[in-house]
Amino acid sequence: MNEELRGTIKTGLIAGVVTLSLGMIGILVAFNKRFIVTDAVTLADLLLFGMAVIAGYLGASSLKEHSMGRRLLHGGLAGMLAAVPTFLLILLTLVWEGIRDSFINVEPALVSLLTLDNENVVVGGILLIVVFGVLGLVGVGYAQLPVRFRRPISMSLAWTIGSGVMSDILIGILRPRMSNDTLRSLFGSTGLQPVPFVVLFVLLTAVFFWWQQGGQTRYQTLRQNFTPRQQKSSRRVSISLLVIFLLILPSLLGVYLSEIFNEIGRFVLMGLGLNIAIGLAGLLDLGYVTNFAVGAYIMALLTSSSQFGPENPWSFWLAVPICVVAAMFTGFILALPVLKMRGDYLAIATLGFGEIIRVLARSDALKPVIGGAQGILQIPAAQIGGFMAQVMGYILNPINNLLSRFELGILATNSNGDIVFGNPPQLYYLFILASLLMLFISRRLNNSRTGRRWMAIREDEDVAAAMGINTTNAKVLAFTLSAASGGLAGAIFAAKLGSIFPSSFELLISINVLALIIVGGLGSIPGVIVGAFALVGIPQLLSEFAEFRLLLYGIALIGMMLVRPEGLWPSEVHRREIHSHGEDETAVPVSVKP
Amino acid sequence: MSDNILEAHQVVKRFGGLLATDHLDYELPRGMIASIIGPNGAGKTTFFNCLTGFYQIDEGTLDFNGSSLIGLESYEITQLGISRTFQNIRLFNNMTVLENIMVGQEPHLKSSWIGALLGLPSVRREEEATEARARELLDFVGLRGLGDQLAKNLPYGDQRRLEIARALGAKPKLLLLDEPTAGMNPRETAQTTTFIKRLRDELGITILMIEHDMKVVMGISEKVTVLDYGRKIAEGLPQEIQSNPVVIEAYLGKGATAALMAQEKQA
Amino acid sequence: MRRFNYIDLVLWLFRIGIIGVVLWGMTGKFILGIGNDYTISDWLDFFVSGLSQGSLYALIALGYTMVYGVLFMINFAHGEFFMAGAMTSTVLVALPLENAGYVERFPWLSLLAIFLSAVLTSVLVAVLTERIAYRPLRNAPRLVPLITAIGASFFWQYYFRGLFGSSLLPFPEFPMFDGKIAFWGLDFQKADIAVILTSLVVMFGLQQFVQRTKTGRAIRAVAENKDAATLMGIDVNRTITITFIVGASMAGVAGVLYSIVFRQLNFVMGFIPGIKAFTAAVLGGIGSIPGAALGGLFLGIIEAIGPPLFLEGLGVAGSHQLKDVIAFTMLVLVLIFRPQGIIGERLAEKKA
Repeated sequence: MNEELRGTIKTGLIAGVVTLSLGMIGILVAFNKRFIVTDAVTLADLLLFGMAVIAGYLGASSLKEHSMGRRLLHGGLAGMLAAVPTFLLILLTLVWEGIRDSFINVEPALVSLLTLDNENVVVGGILLIVVFGVLGLVGVGYAQLPVRFRRPISMSLAWTIGSGVMSDILIGILRPRMSNDTLRSLFGSTGLQPVPFVVLFVLLTAVFFWWQQGGQTRYQTLRQNFTPRQQKSSRRVSISLLVIFLLILPSLLGVYLSEIFNEIGRFVLMGLGLNIAIGLAGLLDLGYVTNFAVGAYIMALLTSSSQFGPENPWSFWLAVPICVVAAMFTGFILALPVLKMRGDYLAIATLGFGEIIRVLARSDALKPVIGGAQGILQIPAAQIGGFMAQVMGYILNPINNLLSRFELGILATNSNGDIVFGNPPQLYYLFILASLLMLFISRRLNNSRTGRRWMAIREDEDVAAAMGINTTNAKVLAFTLSAASGGLAGAIFAAKLGSIFPSSFELLISINVLALIIVGGLGSIPGVIVGAFALVGIPQLLSEFAEFRLLLYGIALIGMMLVRPEGLWPSEVHRREIHSHGEDETAVPVSVKP
Repeated sequence: MSDNILEAHQVVKRFGGLLATDHLDYELPRGMIASIIGPNGAGKTTFFNCLTGFYQIDEGTLDFNGSSLIGLESYEITQLGISRTFQNIRLFNNMTVLENIMVGQEPHLKSSWIGALLGLPSVRREEEATEARARELLDFVGLRGLGDQLAKNLPYGDQRRLEIARALGAKPKLLLLDEPTAGMNPRETAQTTTFIKRLRDELGITILMIEHDMKVVMGISEKVTVLDYGRKIAEGLPQEIQSNPVVIEAYLGKGATAALMAQEKQA
Repeated sequence: MRRFNYIDLVLWLFRIGIIGVVLWGMTGKFILGIGNDYTISDWLDFFVSGLSQGSLYALIALGYTMVYGVLFMINFAHGEFFMAGAMTSTVLVALPLENAGYVERFPWLSLLAIFLSAVLTSVLVAVLTERIAYRPLRNAPRLVPLITAIGASFFWQYYFRGLFGSSLLPFPEFPMFDGKIAFWGLDFQKADIAVILTSLVVMFGLQQFVQRTKTGRAIRAVAENKDAATLMGIDVNRTITITFIVGASMAGVAGVLYSIVFRQLNFVMGFIPGIKAFTAAVLGGIGSIPGAALGGLFLGIIEAIGPPLFLEGLGVAGSHQLKDVIAFTMLVLVLIFRPQGIIGERLAEKKA
């Protein structure tokens, strides 16, 4: 057996084991309920048959110089092998009656999925192997395509599939603005209808192809030829468009999607805070949830009308600054003992703090003060009343009248003339305000002397000290400021839910925040937003994902570190680095010697 | 104030049972270029680390410009006016060349984070001045036009130069150079030697360096000190050191002097 | 000779505070008699159950400490190796054997099969994790493998949840671990004694393996200096894999012992013991094998004795809930004041 054949067999079998795992842990069955193309292709089909295509693609591309025939042979073989482990599983279900008692997800639905709904499962299983072999050949065909076709095709496929997956969201947005018939011709109960699917795919492919073949350069030259005045006004126009878009967004999205945006906003806030500690100052803090918890509990203790609140509950707006300051104070206090630790030890110590806080929060010992496991209830929503609301009403109500003609709207006063941040579209404004504020602060800090000191400490703490930086103070400041944003997120969170429980402050929050800033790109402010959309937004959108969310998290973290450790939207420095690597020889001018 | 910028008296630094510096006395007159030489492990870099607050000494006194350095953190020592470079170049690799030099100017910066948040004009002015001075220093060390490169992407010789530029950012009175020509070819070494002389002549900075390259040491030093096993075994003008039998023995082992003498006789 | 700054002041206050709390609590307990009145035999019960819990921590801690020794990374996923072994052996071996009546008829043989399958699963999971998530990142910055380790931890937890479900699984009852046994007129839980004895045997075996065998020497050489080990003709990658295998085997054994004592398992069971075991490894001085063993025992005992000893005396309600607080406070204390561990040697201060 030669080397290449062995490689192909290995590829095929690895793909097979992955396919088998997808089935046995229940992903396939769960995803089979969501159509991408209505009544034709489900997300599970895509995963299952996608594995065959990938196996074929990898099987063929590992061969360097061979005839088309050899490539097809290897690709087909890899594809078929990718179905073998699942075939064995099917055989196993025949001899082992009670398999479901052990492997709970090996259910009849899975077997029928893996046997292409055949009555005779053995025939079905063999059929699956054949289909996988054919799809392996498709993979080879894809590998044969020149890159200039491959790129647009895969981009447009990703977008088309994406719109299929997200169809119910698109439906939610389009329903008020479209007739039912048009809507029904585009979408089924879930997924895109076949014709629109194909049309969208072809259209997008054409667009991406055009963009790649010259559109992009033409657009860029157009931008470059702007006069400074034009540039300024184009900037102004795009910023005002963005602001308007952000203001009317919740009415466009509806309640459900607004809620998802709020979740994203909560994590953007925490991400921006943690980014100061980890991304800028290099302090690996695994106990970030502490700051969030402090913000939430202080808000609850100050504003709740239950027994845990004060006699005269505070207003939300007065309590927010206290929450932020309290979180900063906690960050400051917890920073002091860990200042001398580095790297892993710091991570573990902060993780320890987070766990201590969590256990204390749910213990009976502190129950009289913060409610133990039963938490604190009756936290009022944030609201603006009185004169302030009246003034805002004068401005907001006419705008709303205008917008309502287009089925849109913005924040409005209620029948009492107050502005309440109660439901998700209203809370959205609170989150967006807080996020923009923190974005502004992060940017300012990032580009200041303080940010530079932090980066120096991240790079080499001893040398930073030798440059005259008081590293102790700079690190304490990083922890303190980093906590502020977590406290703010906690405060809004408490007012949003109306009640808080210790179970909202698990280690998982810290890990989520860490994961999102890493996936977005350490030290990068836009990266925080991208990371929050990817890791908080997408899983929320797909309810089927809920059970597998953390599994996918794990894969995302590992995959990210292996393939793209700099993140989805790397910070400026990383970007420059990648850039300068490409043009090392030409870009560096010969230095003038002294 | 005495005429010595640096005075060390009976300095002892222990690592476990080992004496890394053994009752070391050292005086450095203002405005001099001085070198410390010695075999590997003689305690040269340890002495530098004691001077810059990386290590706390166990016994003795250290005075800079008439004030004691004992008990100071390394950032405070830098603020007093001692800057240094490192034997194995230690730049802030993932920051740009310009940012590196801007960090070097820390001791003279005053703006606070609150000012930066508020975007105060004074803060903006200071940032602009810092950047302008960083560019000046960049020109001075001959790295013009490389400001936006990442430090780690510079070639080796330029990295050494950048380290010096970063140290100059603090406007030091005393500059400690730890093997400034290590790993350089003869041409670069010659350039660096002239450059070090320029630092003293044009900027008036006192310079203390650890160096292995005898050409550099003998070429520009006005005083050479030899350390071995943490003790000072010789001190004087370059010519005196060159012919000192104790020094030769320390470098080449016992009997080396005799062998050399014999060689000379034969010749 | 460094000046006293405000950080030192805070650390001293912290130190004095902790000692004060402990002393105050003990005063409350023994002099003022706050809380339950325990007899000597109660205290001994606490001690033995702590010792048994501690042996489990010790077994898991060995894996942490060995991996840290060779790779200088915190293998955050180690707790999942433990979980994987325990769950798989329970679902695929222990429960079917019980249903078929073999557990009753051949308890020792069944137990052997359970141990073997647990160790095999743990090792398989560990080797896969090392190969996919750690090996390609050998030269990456240290933050990177820590993050893949966190990722691997999530992945395995939810992978096994997918395979075996999220409900609590019962572990079969073994007659020989049921009930109590009397020594010197005092009663002990048989299961506790079994756990303590098994762990001691396994740990002794490990110590012999590392000290006496050629592979053990290779592991120590790689821990000392990877480059030098390569020059000596040691296959570093293979040695690292073996280290993972050995560590995971201990975790597998610990998984079954845990099942015997607690008799309830699910997919998150690895997390808390994992963190506790890491604490134990740090307590004993990370990188040291005897340190991990002692650290585990120490942590187990202080967790069992701490709440009644000084928390009850403070009048804390539900003091047993706070045993995790004691463990994590120990962790933070050790990291602050003795990062080299309780019995570890002081490392020379080294900066430049």
